[in-house]
Amino acid sequence: MRFLLIEDNADLALSVTERLQLDGHAVDWAGDLKQANQCIQSMNYDLILLDIMLPDGSGRDFLNTQRSTNGTTPVIVMTAQNSVSDRVSLLDSGADDYVTKPFDFAELEARCRAVLRRRGGSAQNIIRFGGMEFDPLAATLYINDEVRPLRNRELRLLEILLSSKERILSKAHLVDRLFSYSEDPSENAIEVYVGRLRKKLEGCSAQIETVRGVGYRIRSE
Amino acid sequence: MRYENLQAGSLGRRLLIQLLIVAGILSALLYLAVRSVANQAAEASHNNILGASATAIAEQLGSGSEGINIDIPYSAFSMLGAISDDRVFYRIDTDDITATGYEDLPLPASTPTTSKPTYYSALFRGTPIRAAAQLRVIPINDKPVSVLILVAQTQQGQNAITSRVANTAAALGIGFFLVAGTMSWLATRSTVKPLYSVANAIGRRGAHDLRPLRSPVPSELTPLVDSLNDFISRLRGTLNRTETFMAEAAHHIRTPLATVRAQAEIALRQAETNSSRKTLRTVIRAVDESSRSASQLLDHAMISYRSDQLSLDAFDYTELVQDVVNATSAIAELKDLEVNTILEPNLQLVGDRVLIEVALNNLMDNAIKYSAPDSTIDVQLTQTDSGIRCDIRDAGRGLSGLSQSSLSERFKRGENVKDVVGSGLGLTMVEAIASAHDGHFSITENPGGGTCATLLL
Repeated sequence: MRFLLIEDNADLALSVTERLQLDGHAVDWAGDLKQANQCIQSMNYDLILLDIMLPDGSGRDFLNTQRSTNGTTPVIVMTAQNSVSDRVSLLDSGADDYVTKPFDFAELEARCRAVLRRRGGSAQNIIRFGGMEFDPLAATLYINDEVRPLRNRELRLLEILLSSKERILSKAHLVDRLFSYSEDPSENAIEVYVGRLRKKLEGCSAQIETVRGVGYRIRSE
Repeated sequence: MRYENLQAGSLGRRLLIQLLIVAGILSALLYLAVRSVANQAAEASHNNILGASATAIAEQLGSGSEGINIDIPYSAFSMLGAISDDRVFYRIDTDDITATGYEDLPLPASTPTTSKPTYYSALFRGTPIRAAAQLRVIPINDKPVSVLILVAQTQQGQNAITSRVANTAAALGIGFFLVAGTMSWLATRSTVKPLYSVANAIGRRGAHDLRPLRSPVPSELTPLVDSLNDFISRLRGTLNRTETFMAEAAHHIRTPLATVRAQAEIALRQAETNSSRKTLRTVIRAVDESSRSASQLLDHAMISYRSDQLSLDAFDYTELVQDVVNATSAIAELKDLEVNTILEPNLQLVGDRVLIEVALNNLMDNAIKYSAPDSTIDVQLTQTDSGIRCDIRDAGRGLSGLSQSSLSERFKRGENVKDVVGSGLGLTMVEAIASAHDGHFSITENPGGGTCATLLL
């Protein structure tokens, strides 16, 4: 996915960019509204991440102009305020959703997915591998024209495995990415989800391989 | 909240009493004036008739060879009979000797003149009378003889007229007083009305409406309304500055925290050893905890402030519950939680929407936090006899024997949730919001495990 990140704090912007790139997304960074307007004129984005307090104006103004000029790109606001009235006014201004700083990237991704799904999404993100077709947005797996819905953790696990095909991913790494930091699961918890995903993948040549004592990897035979 | 004000009388009452006093005095004056004018008129006409009668007798006096001829004309008494049935007396003296009539009929205090009759009141045989005296000088045998003619009449008819006039005058006075009193009351009401309409305009406002008062007021109230508006604008300024300060403070604290968290996540992704993973997870949890505590402390402060001045609105409760469920669905999805909703459609509630949303958010947040992965959360909204009941049931770890009262103590958390980030303010807030709405909040353990939070509003 291609993100436009509108955030004036350079440290945060770089961190967010780096973090999103780790998940395989492309990110353009605009430090103020002027740059942001230049970006949206020259490029189509899947999603806009918007800070509210910007040096040359309020993110709300950006939202208003976006909506009044029929800009349809979904906007998720990154707000420092957590009050209900603030949330209501943001949604009223046309924001699709919001996250409160500091935010959990897994949550941000889940919200992005939900927003894109609500908006009808883009079909270009279908991943094909080992005889399966995988639509992360719709959380569905197609194997031999059979539709297999995935639960969220199965979906994310498959995404993680597919994003580093043929590479071995450690259990610890998978725990970090699959569970929230407020949970403290044992590494064995990952086995449950690997087991479920294997069942869903039955019938295609993509296989999740256990590398004893190291972790897992996905391969196509 | 209601404040008892010291009362310094009522403007309306003061005005009304003053107007009524004036109306009373005017009524009394009217009564006295009407009475005295009417009495004078009646007395004057009685005098005239008595005088005319005496004159008629006097004109018929003639001098004969042996003395005075007295020929009392019939008309002299018939004109008196025309005004009432009162008894008539007369007395004619020639040179101080009574020639005819009642010789004990009282004489006037001063000797009358020949030109005009003299009128006077006196007692005759115990009865009050009104009398006219006329003097005539008649030459008898070329010698002038003064003849005094007295005509008197008892005053019963006169008294009847007087009392009728008095009654009419009294009725007139009372009628005037009633009309003036009613008009005073109406005038007072319409004078005081703008005061009430200003008070109403302010009273009708929502608790957080700080717009200046714009309704037209009488010029006397302008200074009051001006200073009120001035006060409102100062209050609004203070609140705006506080809000701006809070927003900026939040921005400047939370933005670096977000950077820390993002960097920690990146580092965790690249972490090689378990010890560095552990450190980084601790960092992330600490960031989450501080952010959460800050939000909850702010919410808690907001609740204390708003509970005093609830802004009550009617809104669609079903829609609000659905909104809250939708807003938290992305987080529920991360744990593969299924959120089932059974909501009665279009349930209307009157309450502080913002506060109720905070309560629902907290309950949903708790349910998600404490749910086991892959489990189900049931949200149910039903209209009951005692209000609208919202049940949020999770299949989490339950309360492990802790009572609700100890859970809703500030900063107190369950023994079995040490591994989950939380501030211990959530349930305290929900309880405060429920009681601010005269509602009820309870949290119980499900028979099959997990907890059920019930908010009855």
